[in-house]
Amino acid sequence: MGMKPTPFGTQIPYEEKEFKVVGTNPEARPDAVDKVTGKARYAADINLPGQLIGKVLRSPHAHANIKSIDTSAAEALKGVKAVVTRDNFADLPVQHASAGEIMVNFRDVTRAMMAREKALFDGHPVAAVAATSESIAKAALKLIKVDYEVLPHVIEVADAMKPDAPLLNEEQFTKGVEPAPDKPSNIAAQMTSVLGDIEEGFGQAELIVEHEFNTKAAHQGYIEPHSSLANYTEGGNAEIWTSTQGHFLIRAQVAKVLAMEVSRVKVTPAELGGGFGGKNMIYLEPLAVQLSKKSGRPVKMTMTRDEVFRASGPTSGTNIIIKIGVTKKGRITAAKAILNYQSGCFPGSSLPLCTPTAFTRYDIPNVLVIGNDVVCNRPKVAAYRAPGAPMIAFGVETIMDEIAEELKIDPIEIRLLNAAKEGTQTHFGPKLGPIGYIETLEAAQAHDHMKTKLGPNQGRGIATGFWNTLGMETSATLNINQDGTASFIYGTVDVAGGMRAAYSQMVAEELGIPFENVKSIQSDTTSLGFNFTTAGSRGTAAGGMAAVKASRDAITRMCEVAARIWEVEPDEVVWEDGHARPAGSNVGDFDPLSLAEIAAKAGFFGGTIAGHAEINVTGGGPGFGTHLVDVEVDRDTGAVKVLRYTIIQDAGKAIFPDYVKAQFHGAAVQGIGLALNEEYIYDDKGVMINPGFLDYRIPVASDIPPIETQIVEVPNPLHPYGVRGVGEVPIIPPLGAIANAIYHATGVRMRSHPMSPPKVLAALEEAAPAVAAE
Amino acid sequence: MKKTHITTTINNDEVDFLCEPGETLLDVLRDELQLTGTKEGCGTGDCGACSVTVDNVLVCSCLVLGVEVEGKKIETIEGMADGEELHPLQRKFVEHVALQCGICTPGLLMSARNFLEKNPDPTEEEVRFGLAGNLCRCTGYQNIIEAVMDAAAEMRGA
Repeated sequence: MGMKPTPFGTQIPYEEKEFKVVGTNPEARPDAVDKVTGKARYAADINLPGQLIGKVLRSPHAHANIKSIDTSAAEALKGVKAVVTRDNFADLPVQHASAGEIMVNFRDVTRAMMAREKALFDGHPVAAVAATSESIAKAALKLIKVDYEVLPHVIEVADAMKPDAPLLNEEQFTKGVEPAPDKPSNIAAQMTSVLGDIEEGFGQAELIVEHEFNTKAAHQGYIEPHSSLANYTEGGNAEIWTSTQGHFLIRAQVAKVLAMEVSRVKVTPAELGGGFGGKNMIYLEPLAVQLSKKSGRPVKMTMTRDEVFRASGPTSGTNIIIKIGVTKKGRITAAKAILNYQSGCFPGSSLPLCTPTAFTRYDIPNVLVIGNDVVCNRPKVAAYRAPGAPMIAFGVETIMDEIAEELKIDPIEIRLLNAAKEGTQTHFGPKLGPIGYIETLEAAQAHDHMKTKLGPNQGRGIATGFWNTLGMETSATLNINQDGTASFIYGTVDVAGGMRAAYSQMVAEELGIPFENVKSIQSDTTSLGFNFTTAGSRGTAAGGMAAVKASRDAITRMCEVAARIWEVEPDEVVWEDGHARPAGSNVGDFDPLSLAEIAAKAGFFGGTIAGHAEINVTGGGPGFGTHLVDVEVDRDTGAVKVLRYTIIQDAGKAIFPDYVKAQFHGAAVQGIGLALNEEYIYDDKGVMINPGFLDYRIPVASDIPPIETQIVEVPNPLHPYGVRGVGEVPIIPPLGAIANAIYHATGVRMRSHPMSPPKVLAALEEAAPAVAAE
Repeated sequence: MKKTHITTTINNDEVDFLCEPGETLLDVLRDELQLTGTKEGCGTGDCGACSVTVDNVLVCSCLVLGVEVEGKKIETIEGMADGEELHPLQRKFVEHVALQCGICTPGLLMSARNFLEKNPDPTEEEVRFGLAGNLCRCTGYQNIIEAVMDAAAEMRGA
């Protein structure tokens, strides 16, 4: 999403057939045993002989000129082997590139990893040290003298947009507005998405509802802090082991900021301890390489949790205005959204990605979406699972609920009445192909959850979500081994264990061999060509298309080997059920050759067999979901208890259904956390005051009720197995669903999150006279 | 910095190590002894990823100093399986897809084992509260709770 489709993209049409492996839940879980025994190797678990420990000195100020940095005392400390500052990195000009779901500008990337003229947020790296022990490295940080000139700062998006706001960049003029402004602004860019005639649409409306919504920055909250180990060798090469969703992107970014050739940087992705969009950008990697280069020894750097919160992630905090007009019968005639998004200290929020999701669940003739990308003194935002979409759905889905109530239409019925379906014109460009939105709504109507009776102070909420599936560059190699097993080498990082299993399933299905005979292995950057990062729900969809293409390529090679053995033409051989067979009785009377038999003989009949895929996948399928939630509100404390939660989503085709459901669970609970607890809190100096899991409270097991899931399957016609991305859709509905449930429990509409006890209590008290009067 | 010599028992092996006064048990396990199955998620006792037992008491190893464990008996995730044979909790975690990225898994398993030793026949709600000190960001806890309930039943012989 947000990127132009290429005419040279790869799509493989869906074929309806009986599956043997795809769609089952194999007992063997390729990643799991190493994870339950502690043997899985994450970045922080990797060490090299002679390694040093690196630590980062970070700005304590939200906004300050850096007048000078004196590292001499730190360098003189015994055990310190290298210190780097802005002086050890070249400045870079403006140059844009894609980093996961968010675009980056290398002028800014190099400033984000190490402050240059200014510190732009609390936690901004200012210097880094490598020493023989962590305690010495920490002691050295205290010896670095930085002369700051503290500047006025701005944290909230609405404040940053004001004409007199402190400016982060005096040379930034708002792009995308006419006439071009002559004064600099924190608004980096304005972008719009238009369909039909918005004025005419609202003119046809018989009921118009408009509200403002505010959401706070929230962190991806992966439990694994960022960790990188780098070794700069004498030959001028860099080896990096790191926690990332996309080792090829890390390689590209490191090479760029360190002015190295891409071929001289090797990145090995370790087992990933959670990313959710937050591990697509360089943070520690270039610092570790530069420290290694300077010290001549490997350097390992791991963030503390405090650093993770203050200086990585988060998602944009937002200020959103949603306006929807409907006829008395409930048909939407027009919809408008103003999306003001924090992008952190540099431009580049998720607006290009989430703008298309604003109203795409509904068939609306007139749409206007205006997005403002706004800088403020916070860490540069990173993608976070369906970046930016949950906040818009919060507004749209609560307004839909309000309209339904006003018009006395059932909340599912009003969505069905307006539901997007095949042929619906989206406001971001294409018409939709076959999608499963209506199916999820109908499944929700029929679900047992809807029959549960609610007690006092309990309410039920419904909300829906849409996210597209990204394709992008994908490469893979399938090696057919001499013993008849297959090794599938993939380059799209498996972020949660399910991708490698799903790849093995698809390869096994294609080759006609048992699942257990296929091993999927994550590549480093030297064993495959460029792969895009795991983002945009593309892992199983795009990687799976590569698995299918590589398998079919290998089958062609195996048929060629069989043809040579039989002394017939390759097109006289077909592949069925894991065997090469003569294409017809006229070819000759040959016993079928199994994959293992062909593999064993291949060396003498043409050489080693491998299949390849080097493609740009463009067959991503839009995904839709519907969530139901029951809550109970404690009127004395304002606490919201989630009683029951149901997720229904179109997966296109679930390759490994248990893992698909697990994705639904995890995303929905992140959404519940966003709804009820999670927020970045800053003091009046612009310093984050809750950079730890005690005060930034993500959901724990006792916060969460049993979660039910239902997979709907409307195959994606552009994918050989019908796959749609599944990981991001289910984080979108919870905010709106929970707000709606709170309303139906209490009569109070929440239009900002977190819907935490003090805020809900205050809302209840404010509404008390009105509610009492009803 | 001068180091202290500590002798202890880890997963039934006698182990000795040198550690700085400020080093945590977690640092010792991971950095001195290369027992990297125990994970660091926060270093402040909030996430439970570093859960181990010291003399059968469940602790966040990031909140215990290395010098405190002289003569104690420590158990970590590396000692949970009996050779090739997984502990029922490990097996049930695999079966129920009770893990995704897996970074919280060793700590959760150590906590769950300790919890079931104290309460072998828990309700689902008791499991949710019993494991509330272990953060997991991937699973939404649903499959973890199911796995622990299933393992508890098997361990009771039910």
